[in-house]
Amino acid sequence: MRPILMKGHERPLTFLKYNRDGDLLFSCAKDHTPTVWFADNGERLGTYRGHNGAVWCCDVSRDSMMLITGSADQSAKLWNVQTGAQLFTFNFDSPARAVDFAVGDKLAVITTDPFMGLPSAIHVKHIARDPSEQTGESVLTIKGPQGRINRAVWGPLNKTIISAGEDAVVRIWDSETGKLLKESDKETGHKKTITSLTKSADSSHFLTGSLDKSAKLWDIRSLTLIKTYVTERPVNAVAMSPLLDHVVLGGGQDASAVTTTDHRAGKFEAKFFDKVLQEEIGGVKGHFGPINALAFNPDGKSFSSGGEDGYVRLHHFDPDYFHIKI
Amino acid sequence: MAEVASMEEIRATASRLGIDLSEVDLDSIRLPPGEDLGIKSDDEDLNEDDPLEFDGGFGNIIVVDNLPVVPKEKFEKLEGVIRKIYSQIGVIKEDGLWMPIDPSSHKTLGYCFIEYNTPQEAELAREKTHNYKLDRFHIFAVNMFDDIEKFLKVPDEWAPPETKPYTPGENLQKWLTDEKARDQFVIRSGSDTEVLWNDARHLKPEPVYKRSFWTESFVQWSPLGTYLATVHRQGAAVWGGATTFNRLMRYAHPQVKLIDFSPGENFLVTYSSHEPSNPRDTHRVVLNIFDVRTGKVMRDFKGSADEFAVGGTGGVTGVSWPVFRWGGGKDDNYFARIGKNVISVYETETFTLIDRKSIKVENVMDFSWSPTDPILALFVPELGGGNQPARVSLIQIPSKEELRQKNLFSVSDCKMYWQSNGDYLAVKVDRYTKTKKSTYTGFELFRIKERDIPIEVLELENKNDKIIAFAWEPKGHRFAVIHGDSPRPDISFYSMRSTSNTGRVSKLTTLKGKQANALYWSPAGRFIILAGLKGFNGQLEFFNVDELETMATAEHFMATDIEWDPTGRYVATSVTSVHEMENGFNIWSFHGKLLYRILKDHFFQFLWRPRPPSFLSPEKEEEIAKNLKKYSKKYEAEDQDVSLLLSEQDREKRKMLKEEWERWINEWKRLHEEENLERQKLRDGEASDEEEEYEAKEVEVEELLDVSEEVLSFDFGQE
Repeated sequence: MRPILMKGHERPLTFLKYNRDGDLLFSCAKDHTPTVWFADNGERLGTYRGHNGAVWCCDVSRDSMMLITGSADQSAKLWNVQTGAQLFTFNFDSPARAVDFAVGDKLAVITTDPFMGLPSAIHVKHIARDPSEQTGESVLTIKGPQGRINRAVWGPLNKTIISAGEDAVVRIWDSETGKLLKESDKETGHKKTITSLTKSADSSHFLTGSLDKSAKLWDIRSLTLIKTYVTERPVNAVAMSPLLDHVVLGGGQDASAVTTTDHRAGKFEAKFFDKVLQEEIGGVKGHFGPINALAFNPDGKSFSSGGEDGYVRLHHFDPDYFHIKI
Repeated sequence: MAEVASMEEIRATASRLGIDLSEVDLDSIRLPPGEDLGIKSDDEDLNEDDPLEFDGGFGNIIVVDNLPVVPKEKFEKLEGVIRKIYSQIGVIKEDGLWMPIDPSSHKTLGYCFIEYNTPQEAELAREKTHNYKLDRFHIFAVNMFDDIEKFLKVPDEWAPPETKPYTPGENLQKWLTDEKARDQFVIRSGSDTEVLWNDARHLKPEPVYKRSFWTESFVQWSPLGTYLATVHRQGAAVWGGATTFNRLMRYAHPQVKLIDFSPGENFLVTYSSHEPSNPRDTHRVVLNIFDVRTGKVMRDFKGSADEFAVGGTGGVTGVSWPVFRWGGGKDDNYFARIGKNVISVYETETFTLIDRKSIKVENVMDFSWSPTDPILALFVPELGGGNQPARVSLIQIPSKEELRQKNLFSVSDCKMYWQSNGDYLAVKVDRYTKTKKSTYTGFELFRIKERDIPIEVLELENKNDKIIAFAWEPKGHRFAVIHGDSPRPDISFYSMRSTSNTGRVSKLTTLKGKQANALYWSPAGRFIILAGLKGFNGQLEFFNVDELETMATAEHFMATDIEWDPTGRYVATSVTSVHEMENGFNIWSFHGKLLYRILKDHFFQFLWRPRPPSFLSPEKEEEIAKNLKKYSKKYEAEDQDVSLLLSEQDREKRKMLKEEWERWINEWKRLHEEENLERQKLRDGEASDEEEEYEAKEVEVEELLDVSEEVLSFDFGQE
């Protein structure tokens, strides 16, 4: 089907997130206003005004009531999804990057960038049921890894936190004590900055994308490397179909190196791979800048991509898609 | 590099000395000025000169012997004389002249040491002043300081050299006996150099040998494929062997830049150019010709870059490579280079000029050898403002007899193209139009093998068409030309033999409006790739010239290089690191089917290993071609087996992958269920994540938007 072009951001997209029901799509961009859209027809539902810097990441609670966003204005904010009201602001001394609600939505992990001599850090915050009781205190702060942490997510049963970032290493931390439990192997792991990380629907495994032009699939508990998907462009975004054994990689030549000669040179396609056989199945063209964000609708029947070009493209799959055989 | 103490060592030392490290502010420590504890700061590296210039330490010192022995009073005078002589050649270092004095007699010892700034200057000084006559009794004997030691080691008694027992060498052509008749290629990406088999049946390459930092700039196969040459700072080396790649020989040539094999791979020419010490001077050029098998220097040439930069188009370094062009086919009998108004032809028996003199040709611009015969074609441009016509002439070597000459008028440029068997020579002539404002192009076609070498003139139908590319069919009678000015030029095919008349050139066809700017004939002829590289983004058209039909069109996006394998069965197209993206190569069958593609970052080179010419006579080859069906049966059966095996293997592999994945899935399912309860607890008892379990309730919400009351007048009494 023809993709739906959603033009609402004025700056490059950074992150896309569907709610659990798959009827809402949240988008973050380098302009300061996260936006929510109807995931079916791409109509804009509203924006969340209040940040004063690029918004890097967001997460929505299971009941679609609360939204958390991490921004370069050195804060993370909680929002009421329905009204767009700011519920709480977590202030930091450096830009916030990744945010993720834990199972049960009582905890959230927020990462902050290295900034003005401060090292990067992973903060765990308690999220109160009643926003009026919310405090900014950290339950746990983890420091240690060099360079930016681009993504941090919760492991099974909130017992672990998985982080990945500029130093190309995937780490698993104990979410109680902050102890480092596991580290990915330098030999088999990524060679360059890990740009994205996404969990499977059942949180049993996760996929990382890296500028080393590959994506890797890991077991979430043992950190065993299961699969590697090799492509020919730096990977900025990854997504896994919840329905079929497909993974999608998005990326492209770095925006600063994009040639002006031919749009194909940049490789701005979203590439589909067979999850098990690690073979390329196809590609979806359209963006005229690198793809920065990808997300699958929880029903697996549509996906959306966000690009450096400022567009969100919403793709509903054709019926043929569900019968691809290789 | 200085060793940098690790934090751990520092801690260990601190605890030994009883210092509490946490109380020490490491940043407040100031080293005494001028002391760096052997730790180099990062910018010091930048100031460091290339240390290899001084390898051995004394390469820039010469020893001058046979000086007059003088008493103390005349010491200064002698020193002045020596200084005068030697400072002409290069810059003597401060305190770089040292004349020892005999402590008993207070006289000089008759020799002195001179230290120059660079080894090149020292070498030059040695060359220029050895045997210099100061007067009748004092003839200088000059040596490099480094060599003195070497000379001292020479034993006084002559000992007969030991005869080593003969050890049979490896079969250097073992690769040709590959059972599957595959070809090899070498690729260079990043710091790795790899030799691989092209296993087209299995749709993947099979590794042979891999090595990191194998070469410092590039690799090159010898023309018959026996050796792989690598280039290093100290010189060149060749590698080969039956099963792997061992170093067979080294050729010392410091700072070698370029190398070139003779066509029969008997000789190797190496080239280097050296910065002059005086910026006003030109670069010094050193060329060595080695015997490939023995490693002996057969002849060396030295001089300024100017001497070697005549004719042709000079490169950045000032010379057009190869400086020496080899002639006379695979026997490597002759090599030649162009000079000012001369062409110097050398023969390899003695490595001297033929007849001890060069061929004098006023104003010669360019020359080329026939690929098979000792025949030179040379081009002289117009002289005297058009009074003397330009000419192309063919000269037989070694007799230096002119076989044929053709005068041409109002010529701006000429290019020569030999057919690979040396049967034909095409000269592309650019002529000025009458107004002299533009040029148009024509071809002069020489039939070398026919009596008196007839010449035919060919002009394109549209004379003003620009010629973009020209290529002869290898071993054939046809050629292809890309011509036209539009962004989609035309491609024409011509044959030197028409069906009715074997002595006339005739046009076969013209393909209109093709996106192509380069031509790549299959080495076996018949097939050609019309390629649109660079501006055309890697368009490929596989064309059959026998049938005059396109077999396939394809694209290797951004392709920069195309190379046929030596048998003409496969083609490699590659994107080298001129672009950042897409680096790697594709292997195609001759009819344009993509077999496999490999991506490699920082991809520099792709080279097929050449094969020596076939031993089969043309008659035999023809016979094989006639009975091809018979022969191919066997191979077809093999192919079938392989493809069956492949699909079998493929199925196996897929099955294995699926099963493995299945195992993971089951494991995850099990764990997921185990954790189900706990998860529920985390969600305050909210039912689990399964979508099926929730109940859909339809809630109807009515929103009252607006309520307004209005009194409507209603008239009953209308009737």
